[in-house]
Amino acid sequence: MLYAILCYASEDVVCSWSKEQDDEVMAKLLNVQDKYAKAGRLGPVARLLPTTAATTLRKVKGEAIVLDGPFAETKEQFLGFYTLECRDLDEAVEFARELSEVNPSGGSYEIRPVSVFNPTKVAV
Amino acid sequence: MTELAWISTAISNARPQAMGALLRYFRDLDAAEEAFQDACLRALKNWPKNGPPRDPAAWLIFVGRNSGIDAVRKRAKQAPMPEEDQISDLEDAESDMAERLDGEHYRDDILRLLFICCHPDLPATQQIAVALRIVSGITVKQIARAFLVGESAMEQRITRAKARIADAGVPFETPGAVERSERLAAVAAMVYLIFNEGYSTNGGEAPARAPLCEEAIRLARLLLRLFQAEPEIMGLTALLLLQHARAPARFDANGEIVLLEDQDRSLWSRKMIDEGLALVDKALRHRKPGPYQVQAAIAALHARATVAEDTDWTEIDLLYGLLEQMQPSPVVTLNRAVAVSKVRGPEAALAMIEPLEDRLAGYFHFFGLRGGLLMQLGRNEEARVAFDRAIALANTAAEAAHIRMHIDRLIKESAEKSSIQKAR
Repeated sequence: MLYAILCYASEDVVCSWSKEQDDEVMAKLLNVQDKYAKAGRLGPVARLLPTTAATTLRKVKGEAIVLDGPFAETKEQFLGFYTLECRDLDEAVEFARELSEVNPSGGSYEIRPVSVFNPTKVAV
Repeated sequence: MTELAWISTAISNARPQAMGALLRYFRDLDAAEEAFQDACLRALKNWPKNGPPRDPAAWLIFVGRNSGIDAVRKRAKQAPMPEEDQISDLEDAESDMAERLDGEHYRDDILRLLFICCHPDLPATQQIAVALRIVSGITVKQIARAFLVGESAMEQRITRAKARIADAGVPFETPGAVERSERLAAVAAMVYLIFNEGYSTNGGEAPARAPLCEEAIRLARLLLRLFQAEPEIMGLTALLLLQHARAPARFDANGEIVLLEDQDRSLWSRKMIDEGLALVDKALRHRKPGPYQVQAAIAALHARATVAEDTDWTEIDLLYGLLEQMQPSPVVTLNRAVAVSKVRGPEAALAMIEPLEDRLAGYFHFFGLRGGLLMQLGRNEEARVAFDRAIALANTAAEAAHIRMHIDRLIKESAEKSSIQKAR
């Protein structure tokens, strides 16, 4: 079974780290990942930009509307994610729109730029 | 992270919200500050014992409000301060408080707190100092160091500014839509001032002043989280990030200025650039351009060029043209002239800046640019005159040293020329 491990933490705190502190934490995290990567068990790893850089596409009465800011609805749950190479935000929004058109569940798509991406492949 | 470090980070992050709410309760800056201080002292005693609260800001607001009310009562010579255990039953109260802290209030609280610092009677440096003290909670000593003045001088400056603010009164009513957007614009301008105070520096002082830039970015992000759909706040945040990304490359080992085109771009912070570019993208989708967005778009074009030669000067020229229309100012025209010199040559740029001389007679960069353009045109004598004026107007030793380098080159060139002539 492939598992996704999702990270939650206070953005205020993480954003207030100095570059040195941030580098130190990232190095430690990388250390942990290393042994799993060597065993061929680690899949893609991504660090996202702050929620201030987020845009959300939400389906309201069948119509997709684009809102600034992160997804912030506690009645819905995080169900999965995609990564897509885009030239700009418009392309990412378009992809989310296409997904929402064929997705009968309504729901929302939060679009967050990725800041660090390590596309390690899992040996399945 | 140690416990104390965790607590101090949590307190400083909760500060704008907590101070904003306490100001709304007490309608008096000193009372709010006292109440907040008191809540922090109690947090230092309580948090290590009972564990961190779920919502530090709500905790500080609740405890601060109680202690503030006590202080008022005490002054009225009534009931004594309650014992610690009487107010420490916070768990229920805290979740209750958190529910009541609805987004709207919180937003206006922080905006109000920042807005009272932008009092129009206060000179810019005092607005900045008082905002750093009240909103960010930076110590007077740290602020003094960033402003390169003595601690007691800064203490006086802040005390005077706060007295001015107190006289003016706190506008505690919930603002209407128009007023809110006016406040937001004033606050955004102040955040930009804080950034510039840290950014206009030289190599030697840069480390002491960098915290101002970082604090400005923190405040801009805070504003953006409160006003998520404001393209100008996206633009402001992007502008600060894109400019600050270049900080590691702006000065050489001797503290001398390295011009944008000569900077080692591999030193630029990729992370800040990515975030800045993402925000520019977000802002542009609104199709509601404003001065911060345009400046951010210009900074984005520099950030996108991996080598200086790839810079899209034509687009930069267009954007400065747009900025000139939005915010006519000789300094904007001067900046545009740099782009024009790249696109249409030094002659066109020189013609563009000549009419500005009267208004920019005291401006270092005017004479620096004029000297540079004249030098490109081979008009060395005139270039020297301009560079001499620039040196006299330099704000920092690094600026003067940079111009001195050009003058030395001109002197060397003319010496070579005359020795060639003599040889003939």
